[in-house]
Amino acid sequence: MADKYFVSAAPHFRKDESVGKIMGTVNAALAPAALISVYIFGWCSLGVLLVAILSAVITEALIQRCRRQPVTVSDGSAFMTGMLLAFNLPANAPLWLPAVGGVFAIAIGKQAFGGLGRNIFNPALAGRAFLMAAWPQRMTAFMRPFSVDAVTQATPLMLLKEGKASGLADMGLDYFDLFMGFRGGSLGEVCGLALVLGGVYLLWRRIISWHTPVSFILAAGAFGWIFGSPDGFFKGDFLFQILSGGLLLGAIFMATDYVTSPITNKGQLVFGTCCGLLTGVIRRWGGYPEGVCYAILIMNAAVPLIDRFVKPRRYGVTRQERNSGLARRAP
Amino acid sequence: MKRLWLEFIKGIGSENPIFFVVLGLCPTLAVSTNMTNAIGMGLAATFVLVCSNAIIALVRLWIPDKIRIPCYIVIIATFVSVVEMVLKAYAPALDRALGIFVPLIVVNCIILGRAEAFASKNPVLPSIADGLGMGCGFLVALLVISFVRETLGSGKLMGLTLSRPFEPALILSLAPGALLVMGLLIGGIRWLRSLRSS
Repeated sequence: MADKYFVSAAPHFRKDESVGKIMGTVNAALAPAALISVYIFGWCSLGVLLVAILSAVITEALIQRCRRQPVTVSDGSAFMTGMLLAFNLPANAPLWLPAVGGVFAIAIGKQAFGGLGRNIFNPALAGRAFLMAAWPQRMTAFMRPFSVDAVTQATPLMLLKEGKASGLADMGLDYFDLFMGFRGGSLGEVCGLALVLGGVYLLWRRIISWHTPVSFILAAGAFGWIFGSPDGFFKGDFLFQILSGGLLLGAIFMATDYVTSPITNKGQLVFGTCCGLLTGVIRRWGGYPEGVCYAILIMNAAVPLIDRFVKPRRYGVTRQERNSGLARRAP
Repeated sequence: MKRLWLEFIKGIGSENPIFFVVLGLCPTLAVSTNMTNAIGMGLAATFVLVCSNAIIALVRLWIPDKIRIPCYIVIIATFVSVVEMVLKAYAPALDRALGIFVPLIVVNCIILGRAEAFASKNPVLPSIADGLGMGCGFLVALLVISFVRETLGSGKLMGLTLSRPFEPALILSLAPGALLVMGLLIGGIRWLRSLRSS
């Protein structure tokens, strides 16, 4: 009789969700883009993926062992960091590049801050930014799709930045090529179709909400449309801005990281919009052709601020009551 | 004699200005890109530190309390000017490499900090020992940081190219690399110390 009467603290509503399950779903959502990269770039891309994942997982296990903490690599978060890091690298990168990047992403980007849930910056992007600053030539020598002898090819955004092309037609591409991934770019960013598939799966499973990705993509696209062309305002290419570079990858998989994005839906809209605007600014006027990585990293730093200002209304309190309550409490 | 030795050794070890007190970071971050600059900066700061500590200890009883900081600055600036002129005359290349950071020794926190915390309260000989120790501690810290940054960041040592089987990581020659290397070194040293004490 006694063991049928449970007394426990709130919350009483339980779900069988766990870090491991969520990470597993995200990893599954990343799988199409990983597979398609092997199809587009060949086996070298598989090598980069494997080395990045192994490096991230081993680093996490070693550091947790050293810090005498429970080793939690089986929850798949280090696996995901490794995979996302590999997505940011050229497919034919020398294998030491993902290895070093994985170590940096986990050791400095994540464990130095205290591990999963405490990192300020997205670890995979921290690793990517480190590699970009350390070995810029290696990080920007992108492989031409379907080439056997590793011919390099500039990304559409690089061509645009260097002024070698002013539109898609100059590059010999169309929107279909951009969306399917038949263009120069990093391992995981090229195939928009696979990324969108993964994103839709995550939305369906309710792992992410639409707020961050949609506001991010729309803001970046709108900024590109308004300011993207040297000919004048409102002459930029909306679709090109969205489909080129790592915008889809960043908006769907990087900016939606639970740890480094705002909690509330409204906060996520602010976060995504600012990410998009920063991306546009860096693409248009910055030193690098692509700004998704830095935009997300900068906004990661602003997440505590956003969470502070964009608070949900307390249950059972009207807007006026809340406002007057705040006014009363103000000194 | 033992006291002098203790005053000297604490600057290198337990009260190292960079690794434990974390002062004087601006020149540390700026000139630790290679070991030649680090040695130049370390020696210049040590010279100023020893001389200013000695003079301040000598005149400490005559300096009115309310204007002590300007007095220290005047004394320190005198020796910095000496260093700057000597560098310009005998090591123009090093002077160019160190640039603005030689005149900036005037406002280096380590030197002002030692003047305020030690030389103004102690006699001449301990003050000299303290200045020498702090200067050597600064030099040692600069050497360690610049060794890591120069070998890994540009694949060189004292300006000589290493026969290298790896590609130097450019970031370590840049400002973020300085912060990374310094942070990791400080963290590592404190971790080792906590291991020893526990």
